[in-house]
Amino acid sequence: MTEWLFDGVLGLLLLGLAFGALHGRNLYTSVLLFIAFGLALALVWARLGAADLALAEAAIGAGLTGVLLFTALARQPGPADLPDATRTRLRLGAAAVVLPMLILLVQGLAPLSEIEPRMPALITRHLDETGVSHPVTAVLLNYRAWDTLLELAVLLLALLGARQLGPRPLDLAEPWPLLRAWARVLAPLLVLAAGYILWRGASAPGGAFQAGALLASGVVLLRLSGLVPRLRWSFAPLRLLVLGGLLVFIGVALMTAWLGEGWLTYPRGAAKLLIVLIESVATLSIAASLSLLVVGEGEDVSS
Amino acid sequence: MTELLLDGLSWLLLIGGLLFFVAGSIGLLRFPDTVSRLHALTKADTLGLGLVIAGLSLRADSLWEVGQMVLIWLLLLASSATACQLLARQAGEEPRDD
Amino acid sequence: MSSSLFWMIIGATLWLLGLHGLLTLRQALRRIIAFNLMGSGVFLVMIALAARSQPSDPLLIALVVTGLVVAVSATALALRLAGVAQGPEHPTGQQEPRQ
Repeated sequence: MTEWLFDGVLGLLLLGLAFGALHGRNLYTSVLLFIAFGLALALVWARLGAADLALAEAAIGAGLTGVLLFTALARQPGPADLPDATRTRLRLGAAAVVLPMLILLVQGLAPLSEIEPRMPALITRHLDETGVSHPVTAVLLNYRAWDTLLELAVLLLALLGARQLGPRPLDLAEPWPLLRAWARVLAPLLVLAAGYILWRGASAPGGAFQAGALLASGVVLLRLSGLVPRLRWSFAPLRLLVLGGLLVFIGVALMTAWLGEGWLTYPRGAAKLLIVLIESVATLSIAASLSLLVVGEGEDVSS
Repeated sequence: MTELLLDGLSWLLLIGGLLFFVAGSIGLLRFPDTVSRLHALTKADTLGLGLVIAGLSLRADSLWEVGQMVLIWLLLLASSATACQLLARQAGEEPRDD
Repeated sequence: MSSSLFWMIIGATLWLLGLHGLLTLRQALRRIIAFNLMGSGVFLVMIALAARSQPSDPLLIALVVTGLVVAVSATALALRLAGVAQGPEHPTGQQEPRQ
């Protein structure tokens, strides 16, 4: 009974925040409610037993997306709080399209909730050969290592796409002393937490993405408090970091193809070592890519 | 007997913490301007979290867990105080009425 | 109604909220938020499916973690594109948002 109460309240909170984020009074309110929505969603993930996802959502979905939206908001020319005046007929028409879809979707999804999933048993059967003891990490870096490789490629593609659009100077106001002091306190804590989460990802919820996101938030915080110079895309070590994760992953794939049994089939006994190598470089790579996406500035910006 | 006492005390602390959270949220919704809302929210939420952690430490399995929770509370104390000051300063420099 | 079905319905509602927003809203930032909400709705349906078993299905969780990072990269690129589409600020400071 109490579980139902908790679930119900959480679900309604989620929908309420989503509605507020879409139809808030002004853009500022919308962005704030969207960040709150991200945090409520992290709670939902924890409630549904997906701790890895809760960590990632809090760091990436609420934190970094929030900074992205605020920097985009700051760049809006003119008053950002003009209300979005849509005709009521359009709203009603869209609602008339959407409501039947709800019924159809629920009808389609309802039988799925009865089916017993068979994957978890398969995954745990071979867990000790994968090199890690946490099933989600095993899936990410062993069973479905290709997905992770391609995900790093997608991050790189987004970064390249953003780079095509030219320079984007960040006009930061003079940061307040308290902000600078607090950034100086938080940044080492974030680095420590990231390293810990990376290491623990082998046996408990955690892993490369969460650690990379924490590092990226540390870098973003330092940049926004003016403690770190501009992040240029032309800075060679930064580019190396961004490419490093993907290159190491592709290198491992090639080596297992030529010298081993197949593409990304880790040889017995070496699985843990390879996973640690890939994860550490991938963490730095993800951190570099995410920080460039959020606070990176182009090469032509005059220093 | 001590089990019952500890359980009861823990429940009392947890409910007290929840009441403080509710009070902070009501303050957020009802107070007229930013600074008073920040005042209500920061103070009530931090105290509420402290009470909740006190209630949970009575149920904890080891001293290690209690230590972890206290460290989390200290971090939250520092970060909410900092955030409160920064928001209040921004509200003072750019008064906006809603 | 099991817990899993409840969360699937919430996920479907979230997706449709996002779709409704995408159809009716005009400002670029709000449309990007609507798109993100649609993504979160799909993730919620997937994790509700993962929650059918105890402990939750690690395959679906891993897929959604991947999806989350892809979603944030897409959002970053979309926000950059939206910023560029607004164009440079008009000298008088007043500007019509482009359609």
